[in-house]
Amino acid sequence: MKISTGRKIFNVINYLIIAIIGICCIVPIINLLAISFSNSTAIIGNRVGLWPVDITLSAYKYVIHSSKFWTSAIVTCKRVILGVPINLILVFLAAYPLSKSDLVFRTRKFYVAYFMIAMLFGGGLMPTYYVVAKTGLIDTIWALIIPGAVNIFNVILVMNFFRGIPIELEESAMLDGASQLRTLWSIYLPLSKPSIATITLFSFMGHWNSWFDGLIYANRPQNYPLQSYLQTLITSTTDALKDGDVKQIMLLTNINDTNMKAAQIFISIIPVMFIYLFLQKYFIKGLTLGSVKG
Amino acid sequence: MNTKKVKWKKNNLVFHLMLLIPVIILFIYSYLPMFGIVMSFEKFSPNLGFLKSKWVGLDNFKTLLLLPDTFPAVRNTLIIAIIKIIGNLIVPIVFALMLNEVKVKWFKKTVQTITYLPYFLSWVILGGILIKFLSPGSAASAPGFFNNILVALHIIKEPIYFLGDNNYFRGTMIISDIWKGFGFNTIVYLAALTGIDPSLYEAAAVDGAGRWRQTWNITLPGIAPFIALMTILSIGSVLNAGFDQIFNLYSPAVYESGDIIDTLVYRLGLINQQYSLSAAVGLLKSIVSLILVLTGYKLADKYAGYKVF
Repeated sequence: MKISTGRKIFNVINYLIIAIIGICCIVPIINLLAISFSNSTAIIGNRVGLWPVDITLSAYKYVIHSSKFWTSAIVTCKRVILGVPINLILVFLAAYPLSKSDLVFRTRKFYVAYFMIAMLFGGGLMPTYYVVAKTGLIDTIWALIIPGAVNIFNVILVMNFFRGIPIELEESAMLDGASQLRTLWSIYLPLSKPSIATITLFSFMGHWNSWFDGLIYANRPQNYPLQSYLQTLITSTTDALKDGDVKQIMLLTNINDTNMKAAQIFISIIPVMFIYLFLQKYFIKGLTLGSVKG
Repeated sequence: MNTKKVKWKKNNLVFHLMLLIPVIILFIYSYLPMFGIVMSFEKFSPNLGFLKSKWVGLDNFKTLLLLPDTFPAVRNTLIIAIIKIIGNLIVPIVFALMLNEVKVKWFKKTVQTITYLPYFLSWVILGGILIKFLSPGSAASAPGFFNNILVALHIIKEPIYFLGDNNYFRGTMIISDIWKGFGFNTIVYLAALTGIDPSLYEAAAVDGAGRWRQTWNITLPGIAPFIALMTILSIGSVLNAGFDQIFNLYSPAVYESGDIIDTLVYRLGLINQQYSLSAAVGLLKSIVSLILVLTGYKLADKYAGYKVF
């Protein structure tokens, strides 16, 4: 079939607009990267665009010596390593029974109501804080893990994914004498790679990106996760000189508030980008199978 | 029959056991805090606790009506949230339709990878990026990249303080929110587009329908159920203007146009320590949101056959 001129023009314009939109999504991040590698005088003099000016690693050298940054990074790593597996286990444990029909699991309706209410209604900021405090979690890593351990949106996603798995597979496993746990383990989980990848990605992002819980559940700044630390850093307008030792102050001749913040922001993005790129090909499948039925 | 019954009972026991830990965690951290709602009917003092604080009935709600911050916060919440909802529906649909016309695979993949990325960055990070990117400059530092470009292109004469000017703040919130999410939000529409039967297009082409006609008469009706569903489900977020975003980007200078219910709850509760007042605002918001969400679910079930659970 011949392609008409109108079609050709449309294609060119379409590709062009999409390319511009794509560039708009990445430009602020490239600008940040360029700032983080630039000399402070170049930044103040308004010369940094998409490419570093007077390239310097001083901002990164400063971050390497910044104990606050690494202390909070370790807190975040802890919450990810403990929190993601706990989230996964609880989500899959809850999603499996709820994916059964009301006929097989007769009290399912009760549980559905229980989860729905918990999803749609909350006690609010102060009462939740009160409960977290009364259960002794303040200033521990568990305050960042346990209260949000059962993510009901993820339960729904996995539940819908399980429902897409042919019931014949389960029936034949049952005939062979497999228990429910065994069916979940040997039939459902191996078929659920896309949804495991999706939930892992969401859970990782959730833990990595959370900042508000860190701010309110950690009284001491050394218990802040990375994002809470960055939040206080970004919203503060004071410079880095306050907590610097002599070595850091020497480094500061090449850096200022801006490239120091940019470097810390950029380092904190790197793991997110890696995980995202690594799991990308799975999560689109897991997400669409879970949300769009049929 | 008897053995079957026994087996079913056993099955259900396993189900109860699987649900046990999630149910306990939800009970402690979701259900117990709900009892804290009583504090919005009390003159709550942390020293006395929930049980001993003085009961004041609806006094907190009366105080709310008189509070000068209440009306702007509700107005700003509605304006910001509703425009965000509309933008977050239309932009991803249009972008998905445009991407659907792209036949060069690597180009499509690259664009998808790049446009999904901002969705995975927190508002703390994006806040840090945008504060610098949109900066109008000050005595100590030069304007950010965005203002430089706009000035260089002669679109504006003077740098604009996007995050500090009441004329621009809401628009900046809306556009940056759409910017963060539109790529990721195309996923569901792209999936729906691949579900349209290709033979429909072939038949239409044979009948002499051009591409625009095909888009209008086949593609759009094909994804209409998903559009309807997403619209209905977004009703529930009419009171969610985006706490994470606004909290990280606003400042007292833009309270007039940018203060929303959630930031007001935060300031009342944690900064001014008016716990009961804060809880009262939160309770009102929760109730209205709950009604909206349930209406959305009901409509989704009725018209799209979509059951949440």
